[in-house]
Formats: sequence, structure tokens, C-alpha cells
Amino acid sequence: MYKILFKQVLNPVTKMMVIDAPEIAKVCKPGQFVMIRVNETGERFPLTIGDFDREKGTITIVFQEVGKSTMLLGSLGKGDEILDFVGPLGKPSPTDKKYGTVVAIGGGCGSAIVFPVARAFKEAGNFLITINGARSMDLLLYRNEMEEISDETYETTDDGSCGVHGFVTTVLSDLISQGRQIDLVFAVGPVPMMKFVSKTTEAKKIPTLVSLNSIMVDGTGMCGACRVNVGGQMKFTCVDGPEFDGHQVDFDELMGRLNAYLEQEAISEKQWVEEHGGTA
Amino acid sequence: MSEETGQTTTKKRERPPPTKKVPMPEQDPILRGKNFQEVALGYTAEQAVEEANKCLHCRNPKCISGCPVEVDIKEFIELIREKKFMEAALKIKETNSLPAICGRVCPQETQCEAPCIYGIRNEPIAVGRLERFVADYARAHGEPLPKLPKKNGKKIAVIGSGPAGLTCAGDLIKLGYDVTIFEAFHKPGGVLIYGIPEFRLPKEIVTAEVEYLERIGVEIKYNHVIGKIRTVVELMNEDGYDAVFLGTGAGAPNFMRIPGMNLVTVFSANEFLTRVNLMKAYEFPKYDTPVRIGNRVAVIGGGNVAMDAARTSLRLGAEEVIIVYRRSRDELPARLEEVHHAEEEGVQFRLLTNPTEVIGNERGEVIGMQCIKMELGEPDDSGRARPIPIEGSEFIMDVDTVIVAIGNSPNPIIPQTTPGLEVTRWGTIVIDEETGMTTLPGVFAGGDIVTGAATVISAMGAGKRAARGIHKYIFDE
Repeated sequence: MYKILFKQVLNPVTKMMVIDAPEIAKVCKPGQFVMIRVNETGERFPLTIGDFDREKGTITIVFQEVGKSTMLLGSLGKGDEILDFVGPLGKPSPTDKKYGTVVAIGGGCGSAIVFPVARAFKEAGNFLITINGARSMDLLLYRNEMEEISDETYETTDDGSCGVHGFVTTVLSDLISQGRQIDLVFAVGPVPMMKFVSKTTEAKKIPTLVSLNSIMVDGTGMCGACRVNVGGQMKFTCVDGPEFDGHQVDFDELMGRLNAYLEQEAISEKQWVEEHGGTA
Repeated sequence: MSEETGQTTTKKRERPPPTKKVPMPEQDPILRGKNFQEVALGYTAEQAVEEANKCLHCRNPKCISGCPVEVDIKEFIELIREKKFMEAALKIKETNSLPAICGRVCPQETQCEAPCIYGIRNEPIAVGRLERFVADYARAHGEPLPKLPKKNGKKIAVIGSGPAGLTCAGDLIKLGYDVTIFEAFHKPGGVLIYGIPEFRLPKEIVTAEVEYLERIGVEIKYNHVIGKIRTVVELMNEDGYDAVFLGTGAGAPNFMRIPGMNLVTVFSANEFLTRVNLMKAYEFPKYDTPVRIGNRVAVIGGGNVAMDAARTSLRLGAEEVIIVYRRSRDELPARLEEVHHAEEEGVQFRLLTNPTEVIGNERGEVIGMQCIKMELGEPDDSGRARPIPIEGSEFIMDVDTVIVAIGNSPNPIIPQTTPGLEVTRWGTIVIDEETGMTTLPGVFAGGDIVTGAATVISAMGAGKRAARGIHKYIFDE
């Protein structure tokens, strides 16, 4: 059992929890993820490690409530326990290298996930530009934190309620057309966002890493549920990734595979909402 | 053999006709095709005694040499005859920690029952059914724990709680070691829990056998992916383990190199069976894990895993399930019993057929599978007839779900994170056959991680050998 030490509602759809998991905190690296099973009847689902504290022995997770399992997790509070918490899984981000200028892009909940990776890029001596995007101002995450670690930071909202009116790619395109030197782009967010970021950088051949969010069951390479087509080769997101070269990923196929269980997910969510009267 | 033949001719007239095994009751095929309850129902005490009474009680029993974990078959059958069922169970558990499992899933026809002297003229003694009976009897009647030796103060880490790891741990505990199993999943058993379906091996039986091991002192740490949370080297150098046993299996699924493998309704058998068995997707939405099955399912492959996936598909409500196998019936690697059960339940077989492409619609769902017919040629390296495509024989099979069951490869996480561990080009770990020791002193391995995907019982045999190897390594230095 893994105890929830702290819980915070970050915005109307996103929650943050600090979990007591000293063994994982001791060894995890930015970019890795955990598999979670909340209770005995629960499913296993992946969440990227949002942050960690080796001394306190804690792992921070940030998640958006998008269905039954995240609602169930979100219904727990400080002092409650999570049944299974497995990690660290996947390959770490390549943050130990100096590239020059790194643009770290987070979309929606992805901002929380990109944050520790961006910080590590900064600590490795890179010039760090962050682009933080969301649908509207109230959904922008980690605004102060991003500001603190970045050499330059931009905010975008789809509705223009804060920062640049538009998408993260609006800012990215501007930077590119201004002729700014960019040595690496790192993007985490919804699949369409990562797809368009990759398209934006492809023409200029700017190396682009994306962190994929495939459907997973075990998270250790034993089932292939998370397989993706990268450069014409079958890769398992859980062991070969979750980060891949954005120019090589077949995003449309990934999107199709993510929709595999829409029908069952709706049934499960409906049942939860009926029994619990929606989310907190 | 010659002696036996001599006896046969002289006594021929007096001898009764060949006998068959006392039949084991089974669920009706039509009914069982709709539920996940166990198919074979097991012997009653009377049936067990009747079967045991046929044993010839050979002076030099051949059956024991056929058992990879050296169960004293002659003795335990003798105890059944005397109706000392509990004693029979304890006798088995001296050498085999998981008899309720072995009695169910071992291919006895190629092991203990193959050399049975009684079986020369008759069906052999039903060793597997008898083993299953006494193990079930002991579990139901609260078996006592064995006397264990004093702790020897040495700590062993066992990686993986599949058949190899559980056997190794059980044997080491009985030798006085402190044993900790590290398991990546949230439940113990490896393939016994995620792979073999409920209707062939009820999960409560796996749990009970593991609980027995815990009661005699084996500690299990779940959610521990060794190579990620701790490395093998750290376990030995920092955590004070005197030796490590790697029993991580061959759990990485193989896919075919044909177009369409990433379609939404193409699944590895591992994924499909894990969802159903470990995550209980057949009870969705009571359990949160979903599983998808269409009306017409093709299962690619001919092994036990393919049979399990096909029979599971039927139970989830598929109307038609077709096994697609590239060789002929004689080469099917699955146990005969499993093939029979699948057929009885209505699984169809499309033999000498190989898929060449899976075809999908715009949503990525399977709408058909192109196959080519095959013929058998000369034997290949494996000694089996090589399947050769018949030119121009392509046809489209009308299916909406494809399950790939063409075998598994070793999971690479441990080899990748353990410097100095020698692996073959297939990713299997190289060991000393005698002791089970790898190229790293103090690190042992056994089961599918060494052999590639094989059987439950061969993994158990390897776990037993390694336990012996570890004991020798620690105390003969």
C-alpha cells in the first residue's frame, strides 16, 4: 500500500498528489512513469512521474480526471492509500546532455509532466525556453514554476484568456520564423498537440522528442498493448519509450489505438458517476 | 522391453483386456463454453483409490525418472491406496511445492505417465489426476506445515514469482534460507496467474499454493520490477543477498512481420489473457479493466497459449473462433487434451494456413485477414516439417479480431541492467546446466529466461536444480 501524503486540486480538472514511495523516489529519473492500481477491482494505468523528492521519499503525480480510474484516484484524499504503485518504468529523458537551446512544451496536464524534465535540461546547462499551453487561463498549470526555471517562458490559451491567443505551435512557429537557434524541442500533451509540434519542427529538421501516452496494461514489456509505429518499426512505449523522435511517430495510428475502448470507458465512467454523483 | 514382451506372450490368455484410466468428470462442453469455471472436475476419494489400486508398485519405478521435479510417485500412490491422503500430499510436497498446479497443467503424457510400466499394455496410471486429487484434498482439509530446519543465516533473492521462482523459493526455504521473491506484478504466479485461464487452473488454487509457501516463510515483494527499482548488482552488493535467482520468464510477445499488426483489434495473446485472467476483464464493469472481442476471431498459432486464447474468446461471447496454424494437425505444439477440449467447445481449426496481412478499416479495426495456404516440405532445424507457401493460394478470411499467439521472447529488462550477464542472440541467459549459475558468480537463472518459452514443469525443474546449485555454491566454497 502506498500512502497519499498530500493532495491539491490544481484546477477544475487536474489534481496533484504526493505519494509515499521511497524506493521509487530513490532511483527514478525525469521522464519515467509509474503504473497505478487504486483498489482490488481497479485497472492498471500509467502516470508520468510529475516530480520526486529523494530525501522525503516521495513521488508527485499530476492527473486529469478523464474517466473512471482517474475519478476514483481523484476521490481519494490525504491519508488514503493506493493499492499498487509500480515504478520507475520506461526510459529516462535524455536530460544529462547539453544541447544548447531547448524548447520544452507542455499542453494541458502535460505541463506538469514536462516541468521536471525541463528543469533537468536547465540544470544540464541548456538555455531553456518553455511554452505552456492550455484551453483557457484557469487550466494553465505550473505557471510560477515554469517562470522560475526558464530563461524565457511563453503562455498560450486557445481562447486568448491569457498569454498568446492560440496554440503552443503558434509560439513555436514564431520562434522558428524569427530564426532563433533551437537545438531540441521536447513536447508533452495531447496527441494532436504533439503531432503538430512535430510537424512544425520537421521542415527545419529540429530534433523533437515527444512523450507518448499509449494504452498500457502491465507497463513492463510483456503485452504490447502500448505498441506504436516509430519509423516503420514496432516499438513498445513502456520499455522503448515513452519518449520517441516526434518525426518518426505515426500519430494517427496512435490516436486510433487510444480510442480502442471508448465504448467500455463510457460504460465504466457512467457507472461511477451514477454511484458517486460525479466528481468532487 | 524384451522381458515384458516375453511375459505378455506366456500369460496372454489369462490377462484381462487393457484398462483405461478411471475417467475424470468434466463440465459439459456446451455449458462450460459459456463460463470460466474449471472444465475438469477432479477425482472423488473413491475414484482416486480405484485408480491408485491399479499401480503395479514397481521395484524400480520408471515414472519417477519422468518427473522433472522428482516426485516420489510410487510412495504417494501407495499412501492413496491406504487412504492416507494427507500423508500422500506431504510426501509430494517434500519435492514439489506446487502439486495442485502440476496435477492440472503438466503434460503427463510426455513425463511421468510416459514410462509407466502399467501403461505399456493399458492406459498408464493417471499420476496427474492423483496428484491433483491429493493436493486438493490437503488444501480442503487444512494441511499441516512441514518441520523446517534451523535458519542458516543466508539471504536469497528470487526474481519473478512464476513456476521457476516459486519452486526455487520453496526448496530454499526447506534448506533453511531466508528467501525474498521480487515480483513485478501485483499478484504472484507469473504465467499461472496471467496466462493460464481460470477454466484450466483456478486462480484460487494458485493463490493457495503461494500462501502455503508464505506460511513456511517465503516473503514476496510485489510491484518490484528488478532492473528498474533495484538492480541485481544492488541486491547483492548493497542489500546483502548472498545469491540471486533469475526466474523472469519469456514474457515479451512476438508479433508477425506482416502489415496490420498494429491495428486496434489485433492483440497479443499475452495482452488478451492478462486482461482476462489477471485483471478479470470478463467481469467488466465490476472490474475496471475492459477487454474487446468481436464476433469472428482468428487466433494465430498452435500452442497451448493459442488454445487458451481461443477458448477464452468463446467464453467472452465470440460467435466463431478459428485457430490459424501454418503446419498440420500432427505438428500442433499444444497438448492433445487442450486441442480436444477446444474442439469440443467449438473452436475451428484452419491448418496449413499462414496470415500474410491483416486488413483494417479507417478506425483501425480488423475487417479481414489475408492468408496463404501452406504445404509441408523437408524437416527444418527444429526437426519439424517446414511449411512452404503454395503460390497463388491467397484468400481473405472474414474476421474482426486477431489474437497473435506465436510465442514469446525473454524480457530484456534484467539482461540490459545487469553488466556481465551473458545472453544468447535470442536474449536467453547462459547458465551452467548442472548448477544453474550464470556467468556472474552468485547469480543463477532458470525457466523460460534460459530456455525460451517452454513448459510450467520444465521451469519448475530448473528452479529445483538452481536451488541445489545455490546451496552448493554457498556451502561448498
